[in-house]
Amino acid sequence: MTLESKVPSGPIADKWDNHRFQMKLVNPANKRKYSAIIVGTGLAGASAAASMAELGYNVKAFCYQDTPRRAHSIAAQGGINAAKNYQNDGDSIYRLFYDTVKGGDFRSREANVYRLAQVSTAIIDQCVAQGVPFAREYGGTLANRSFGGAQVSRTFYARGQTGQQLLLGAYSALCRQIAAGKVAMYPRTEMLDLVVVDNRARGIVVRDMVTGEISSHSADAVILATGGYGNVFYLSTNAKGCNVTAAYRAYKKGAFFANPCFTQIHPTCIPQSGDYQSKLTLMSESLRNDGRIWVPKKKDDNRHPNDIPEEERDYYLERKYPSFGNLAPRDISSRSAKEVVDEGRGIGPTGVGVYLDFRDAINRLGKDAIRDRYGNLFQMYERITGEDPYEVPMRIYPASHYTMGGLWVDYNLESTIPGLFVLGEANFSDHGANRLGASALMQGLADGYFVIPYTIGDYFARAGNSDVDASHKEFANVEKEVEERTRKYLSINGKRTPDSFHRELGKIMWEHCGMNRNEQGLKKALEKIPALREEFWENLLVLGNDKNLNQTLELAGRVADFLEFAEIMIYDALTREESCGAHFREEYQTEEGEAKRDDENFSFVSAWEFTGVGKKPNLHKESLEFENVQLATRSYK
Amino acid sequence: MNLTLYVWRQKDANDKGRMEKYAAKDINEHMSFLEMLDVVNEDLAQQGIEPIAFDHDCREGICGTCSLVVNGRPHGHETGTTVCQLHMRHFKDGDSIYIEPWRAKAFPVVRDLIVDRSAFDRIMQAGGFVSVNTGSAQDANSIPISKEAADTAMDAAACIGCGACVAACPNASAMLFVSAKISQLASLPQGQAERERRARGMIAQMDAEGFGNCTNFYECEAACPKEIPVKFIAKMNREYMRALAKGK
Repeated sequence: MTLESKVPSGPIADKWDNHRFQMKLVNPANKRKYSAIIVGTGLAGASAAASMAELGYNVKAFCYQDTPRRAHSIAAQGGINAAKNYQNDGDSIYRLFYDTVKGGDFRSREANVYRLAQVSTAIIDQCVAQGVPFAREYGGTLANRSFGGAQVSRTFYARGQTGQQLLLGAYSALCRQIAAGKVAMYPRTEMLDLVVVDNRARGIVVRDMVTGEISSHSADAVILATGGYGNVFYLSTNAKGCNVTAAYRAYKKGAFFANPCFTQIHPTCIPQSGDYQSKLTLMSESLRNDGRIWVPKKKDDNRHPNDIPEEERDYYLERKYPSFGNLAPRDISSRSAKEVVDEGRGIGPTGVGVYLDFRDAINRLGKDAIRDRYGNLFQMYERITGEDPYEVPMRIYPASHYTMGGLWVDYNLESTIPGLFVLGEANFSDHGANRLGASALMQGLADGYFVIPYTIGDYFARAGNSDVDASHKEFANVEKEVEERTRKYLSINGKRTPDSFHRELGKIMWEHCGMNRNEQGLKKALEKIPALREEFWENLLVLGNDKNLNQTLELAGRVADFLEFAEIMIYDALTREESCGAHFREEYQTEEGEAKRDDENFSFVSAWEFTGVGKKPNLHKESLEFENVQLATRSYK
Repeated sequence: MNLTLYVWRQKDANDKGRMEKYAAKDINEHMSFLEMLDVVNEDLAQQGIEPIAFDHDCREGICGTCSLVVNGRPHGHETGTTVCQLHMRHFKDGDSIYIEPWRAKAFPVVRDLIVDRSAFDRIMQAGGFVSVNTGSAQDANSIPISKEAADTAMDAAACIGCGACVAACPNASAMLFVSAKISQLASLPQGQAERERRARGMIAQMDAEGFGNCTNFYECEAACPKEIPVKFIAKMNREYMRALAKGK
């Protein structure tokens, strides 16, 4: 099978416009005859559900949370990018496009990224119209800030709660459509499998998390907006419930999984404090605008940070990357932190951390100005650590945060299974090997508000109604499989809880497929993962039954899928014999220790096809053509 | 530290429910309250006792999922803190801790410490939005909004919809939650067109769900993890009167 990206021809600036014209339309009176299932109600899912319902399609939306307002998009702090150029500082659609392709280390699809930059401006308009309270200047216009290494101020924000406000905007639009009867909402409902008949996605099988009832839902198209797989590391900044199950189940049914090894490690998280740790908390990287990152020059320096004189501090990012300094991109900042910790210069009780110091900014701007900018973040830090960042430098360390990889989609966001579309973090398409700050919110909303409403219409117009409904025997077959799997978790009656297996898997992944990777370690992981999976199926302990709310049972299913999925990540990391973006293979680095990309051999998207559990998946390559951006080595020196 | 927990256990919505006593052993002061429960749950599972079911997700104080009454106070005794952000350093060795679900007629218990808050969704569906279809918005800067108005809207919009306000109120009133959304949109030009309709619709739904009325205890403000002020309830009442006066 060859991967067809379906990128339209023509100059890049005209591709989306031309494509929109060429796509088929569904007559307004016929829209109500088409239905779609949307799984996940974060930014991408909620905005898609609302927008498609507004157009007249019938939508069934599913989420595992008790209400769609809680999806993990809510936790994004810093902001959302848009090429508005309100600050007159030279921003443009082309510049946002260029920055995103470059930031992604030239492993994304140009046309998708250009479209993302194009629709970014309409996202801000839409959100403002919904009543999202973005920060304003005294004159009443919108405020912007520079974020995550961008050299223009294009980031819109709502205090430190931008993700929350954008999600509540999308949720309110969704509420309106639920009230209008155009969206049927199924909260506390988890998708456990996809149903494919005659090479077309026909529906899903779900479990009601309160009653345990397994049921089938059919539609003319299925849309996954189920987020990323960062919890494969166990400790991550994701919510506890985030999981790979929906995407992985689609993969097992024939959807290709693209670039799974591209996982972003965020440089500014609060370090782990002990083995009981259940998640890691991100501190917005906007803090890097004013905070300076350092470690002691000496190894094992146990002095209180305030007692370490200036000349004995190593502001390593400013030293290594003078022009970007503390704002160097996420992958570079993260790796540099690991480097100094590996040298024995890490700080804090565990020695695994670096300082983020506001002393100089407080001296320059005053405590009040800093409180205005970061007050809620400082408060959050103090709550978690018990330390006051106005007085003592923050301690930070990188943690798994976002996954650029995801299900492979073409320009229309359709996967390799016809009728299965994938939006937001769950797809792979826009961020290449590394995502820029404030671009996740942009992509989720771009996909949901401004891409899928068009491309789904084209699909419906071409493919017509699905001629298979939930009475088809395939739905019964899949339901039976799901029920058997659920009963199996309960019947093993071993000694280890799903959480304990998840923690162990996380350690394996963090050690061998985390910030740095090498062949030897990856091969070791390929031995450890199947062994752990085997133990899981022999020694799992899940109490209770499947006929009511059972959180351990829910987790067991998610961990079972992570245990299989982890292997594709390893195969991908092994195959990609280069360093690019967030993927750093120790064998491929320059003498100065910088990532060494290999455009000649690896300028492609790896798309993996399922061949069986524990078997090496088949690799398909979508080669990446760069017609507009010249391939260059990223330099932030 | 070692603690004694008294935890509400209830098999499902029809079960009567009861408090159970458990030991929490070797608890580290840096753990969050929910991590402490994770440790207890692991321990219970090893003893063959079904783990305590509790709602949680982001564990960083923003999703609004976690919902425990700790020693009689929603989200525990720390101000401006969700229970997932409450850390064990605020407790001491030998403490007894009572853990219960949100208690309100409109929030029926689903299991153990988990309640059904879908009433909040239905209130939102009754008008907690601006009716603007995707694509029909004008340029974001075409309507200037004063910084004061934007800040007021943001103060109200910070609500995470956890329901602690209801759990804290002797009348199980949802007015802080409802007023936060009404005030956010009433403060902004975008919310004007549906201002009266929204106030009437959301308040009618709030009453229909069985929430009580405000009698100025202000327990909601004290319990709110985002410290939403009660002045918004006053604003909501004005919005309601305004809608009535206009006959809309």
